Amino acid sequence: MDKINSQTPLKKGAEASLFLADWHGRRVIVKARLPKRYRPAELDEKIRGYRTAHEPQLMHEAKKAGVPTPKIFLVDMKSAAITMEFVEGKQVKQLLGSMAAGERQALCFRIGELIGRLHGHGVIHGDLTTSNMILNGEGKIFLVDFGLGEKNAEVEARGVDLHLMKRALQSTHYETAAECFKHVLKGYSAVLGEEEAGKVSEKIREIERRGRYVSERREET
Amino acid sequence: MKPTAETLCLGVESTADDFGVGIATFNGEILANASSGYIPEEGGIHPREAARHHAEAADKVLNEALSKASVNPRDLTLIAFAQGPGLGPCLRTGATVARTLASYLDIPLVGVNHSVAHIEIGKLTTGATDPVTLYVSGGNTIVSAFDSGRYRVFGETLDIALGNCLDVFAREAGLKHRRGMPLGAALERLAADGEKLISLPYVVKGMDISLSGLLTAATTLLHKGDGRLEDLCYSLQEHAFSMVTEVTERALAHTEKKEVLLTGGVAANKRLQSMLSAIAKEHDAKLNVVPLQFATDNGAMIAWTGVLAYTHGLATPVAESFVKLRWRLEKVDVPWIR
Repeated sequence: MDKINSQTPLKKGAEASLFLADWHGRRVIVKARLPKRYRPAELDEKIRGYRTAHEPQLMHEAKKAGVPTPKIFLVDMKSAAITMEFVEGKQVKQLLGSMAAGERQALCFRIGELIGRLHGHGVIHGDLTTSNMILNGEGKIFLVDFGLGEKNAEVEARGVDLHLMKRALQSTHYETAAECFKHVLKGYSAVLGEEEAGKVSEKIREIERRGRYVSERREET
Repeated sequence: MKPTAETLCLGVESTADDFGVGIATFNGEILANASSGYIPEEGGIHPREAARHHAEAADKVLNEALSKASVNPRDLTLIAFAQGPGLGPCLRTGATVARTLASYLDIPLVGVNHSVAHIEIGKLTTGATDPVTLYVSGGNTIVSAFDSGRYRVFGETLDIALGNCLDVFAREAGLKHRRGMPLGAALERLAADGEKLISLPYVVKGMDISLSGLLTAATTLLHKGDGRLEDLCYSLQEHAFSMVTEVTERALAHTEKKEVLLTGGVAANKRLQSMLSAIAKEHDAKLNVVPLQFATDNGAMIAWTGVLAYTHGLATPVAESFVKLRWRLEKVDVPWIR
């Protein structure tokens, strides 16, 4: 049977633990959603099961939209674990800070294009942060962590998705957040078209105005 | 100014339903923490009614704090007040009291951010130094941590606050707010007798959560008479608390900090405490729960944060002391942290 050898812990995230392993001579990632004892078992199983089943489906949909995601090898519903390709590269989070302005803007533009393709295909990522984007040696950007995603083509869902991207930039790359997000939107607009992108931008503003204590009713960036 | 036990700051809190006055020494001793809460006849907080309560209670609460601390107003060095965020009429009432005191005593005035104050008093009273903070109250649901000069917001609610969600459900279920027994406590007591987990919406979007759908679903079941009230209270708590715990854990994993600070009125809930304790353990972090009198809105937190601000060069001339209703946590410089 399928044997996964020599699992070594790679990262203990909040949502799942990642292990680097060997599977038929390939280096793979085993993403295991371990039980969370803080919530009731019934609720925990429901959440872990749902996310484990949906994540590979959405990754597959993303590929169809032309967005690189790791190949899926195995899905084990019983232990809520997904075995997938190990993408060798660096998280965008680690790279963004040390990049020159031009390079950074180009990267953000490309990220925007990927998000545009996803949304155009009716996929919402659900957790767009720079830690969930991996730049590999060939310069390809892979999107990972679709566990909070969904199939949805509504402007509201697209708006929330991009709002989360903006928020992630603000909390982790605060110095360049405004500029980065501007270029993400440019790339997004280049794929989806001015009109669609404009609707989503307007929605982002609406979502922000809904938020707690937004400093007056104006766009700040 | 050198921090000594003789230099004193009086802080005024009035962002929502509580009017509080606290007195802190410049070296971090809390001498008094008096307050008076406005309890609506029915429904939630009516801002103007709450402000009227504050205006009427100000004199009594001020005197109570001064006599508790055995301080003569002439001994005060500094007046601090919660400048925002909060309800306009309530904020203005507190600001008026603070301006009057500062002008009359001819001492400096400093406006502080209410959310920052919650974190600072939490650190002072628990000994935490650099925590991931979960601040959950009737008006706020924020996961934050310090990074490069400011408290950054990692996660928050996209719609209503956690305390608001629980309070509205409790009121819909006919529970009453009594002195010493807030709605949340009444709900917690019922939830303790819950046995069956009823499936409700669980909405986590990235690091943010959404609670309005959960509230609507729970309220709909309540009015349909579907299920025992105890089970509904239990299920509502389990879903809502699991959501905030999940995002707090994500912030903890992301920042790799070693402390969790739980504050705000909902911090009193034992079930929420136990969930956070589980994730803290999981990440080798220490959970610090802010003692209730400093976790709910209080004047002491404003006084202490005023001390921190003033001793680091901040002051608010009366002419610039207008209130800021929507003053976000991440917009505030905190020069007292390296």
